[in-house]
Amino acid sequence: MNWITNYVRPRINSIFSRRETPDNLWSKCDDCGSMLFHRELSENLNVCTQCGHHMAITPRERFQALFDGGIFVEVDVPKPITDPLHFKDQKKYPERMKAAQKKTSEQEAMLVAEGEIGRTPIVAAAQDFSFMGGSMGMYVGNAIIAAAERAVKMHRPLVLFSAAGGARMQEGILSLMQMPRTTVAIQMLKEAGLPYIVVLTHPTTGGVTASYAMLGDVQIAEPNALICFAGPRVIEQTIREKLPEGFQRAEYLLDHGMLDRVTKRTDLRDELITIVRMLLRQTPAIKGDLPKPTPAEASEAGTEPPSEE
Amino acid sequence: MTQYLDFEKPLAEIEGKAEELRAMARQNEEMDIEQEAAALDKKADALLKELYANLTPWRKCQIARHPERPHCKDYIEALFNEYTPLAGDRNYADDHAVMGGLARFNDQPVVVIGHEKGDDTKTRIERNFGMARPEGYRKAIRLMELADKFGLPVITLVDTPGAYPGKGAEERGQSEAIARSTEKCLQIKVPMISIIIGEGGSGGAVAFATANRVAMLEHSVYSVISPEGCASILWKDAEKMREAAEALRITAQDLKALGVNDLVIAEPLGGAHRDQQAAISSVRDAISSMLEEMKDMSRDELLSDRRKKFLDMGSKGLAA
Ligand SMILES: [Zn+2]
Repeated sequence: MNWITNYVRPRINSIFSRRETPDNLWSKCDDCGSMLFHRELSENLNVCTQCGHHMAITPRERFQALFDGGIFVEVDVPKPITDPLHFKDQKKYPERMKAAQKKTSEQEAMLVAEGEIGRTPIVAAAQDFSFMGGSMGMYVGNAIIAAAERAVKMHRPLVLFSAAGGARMQEGILSLMQMPRTTVAIQMLKEAGLPYIVVLTHPTTGGVTASYAMLGDVQIAEPNALICFAGPRVIEQTIREKLPEGFQRAEYLLDHGMLDRVTKRTDLRDELITIVRMLLRQTPAIKGDLPKPTPAEASEAGTEPPSEE
Repeated sequence: MTQYLDFEKPLAEIEGKAEELRAMARQNEEMDIEQEAAALDKKADALLKELYANLTPWRKCQIARHPERPHCKDYIEALFNEYTPLAGDRNYADDHAVMGGLARFNDQPVVVIGHEKGDDTKTRIERNFGMARPEGYRKAIRLMELADKFGLPVITLVDTPGAYPGKGAEERGQSEAIARSTEKCLQIKVPMISIIIGEGGSGGAVAFATANRVAMLEHSVYSVISPEGCASILWKDAEKMREAAEALRITAQDLKALGVNDLVIAEPLGGAHRDQQAAISSVRDAISSMLEEMKDMSRDELLSDRRKKFLDMGSKGLAA
């Protein structure tokens, strides 16, 4: 029996669906400016191999690195009504959506999936900052509700990776209403006695921070992530003074008692496995991982072809 | 002396003229101006009606922020007996931007919580313009827990430009405090009513307004971001606040169509600031009827009703 057969075929994702990038492509570190091999950088989860700076990572890439063997199954998210307010600024909202979909090859700003980490079944949700700033609208709300419902149904913990500039202004009050909506979702998990772990990534701000992203049983952040309610520029305008070095960064929040841990992305997977298994009162994880699937196995599993640029 | 809003300028001129005539007549008894003054009054009335019949969202926002509008303190004084303020978050401080305590509404003991903006320079500073810090939300959480423990309904009066964007507020966990306050709203098993009396500013409002019944005053606004803030982000020009106010759908009427508020409370002609007592009395009736609606609901029903209300929100959009 193939190790992959108990997964639903057409919806499966694996490391092989990753968009191939040529080996000779270089990327520049946002922070130290080092030129890094794209492949090397992506194998290090977009953490600079020179200075340790954490660059953005898409939910799909994150899940491929998080789940055992890079295998996960997407959880369906009910589609909300589109453009409920008929919002128009300089562009129409549906046009902005289309542009974001084209840019990211994703349909919205959150990806929900289930799979195993260290052979521990979990549900995970990750917010996509590259999709309209990761902004929280009705879709993101639906995604968190779907994730929580799935977790409760399967009796699994939920691990959520946040990244957002805040609420989706184009959905007006309905984006604001995702604060209570997602809070209800988190309450479902808590009442089912299931762990809810939040990993705050750069940046997590506004209404997102002031709702589901601050309600975890365990709150972890990636190094140097900006985490705040009001952004530093708004505060500087209000109080008319310079803010201290590192203000609102993960380490600063840790110092002020707002987080449990600050953990490097490259150590996160092991740490999540450890924490989740203890909260579930399970035995320690077996060290070592499933081997990566061979290309033949992956194609047999019916992975999606790489998407178009 | 009424403070006029910019769009009320023509009205100010007419009312000013009538006032001037009457002042002159008081100086000179032989002058007969009554007919002329009465004509001006009539004209002013007609204009007021016209102005308030077709308010743009931005104008409503201005009215919602009118300094003479009744504030939380005024409602508490007029609508409740035996108001007994309870202070502090038991952690750090007492936030004066948030009023709250025990009170009686028609003899029924309740917990009342609200944002207070202040009404002159001194009290505005003391109240931090109604912008709460984490202590304010934590005080609210404490009061909601008290209400839950003793089975008292919670009534919140929402009037805030938003949570305070300050250094200390961030350091003490503004986001966490707001998140926990919203969470507490979704945990208590007593009737909860929220009334947006002026400005419902973003997360700072949600933390108090996650209630079984949400009512908005006719000219109050409730928004994810201020029109000015939205304009500066999406239009790259804070002066485009009129367009932003339009696009964001912040009025009590639009929000009722979206299912955000259950009720629009009528204001006297020309807004609550022109007749505070009339506005306060409409709010009294609204609270009575909303409490009445919930009086037979069990503790569990109250909680599931509130959660369902917010889970279902967004299932309908606005008509094109
Ligand atoms: Zn670097």
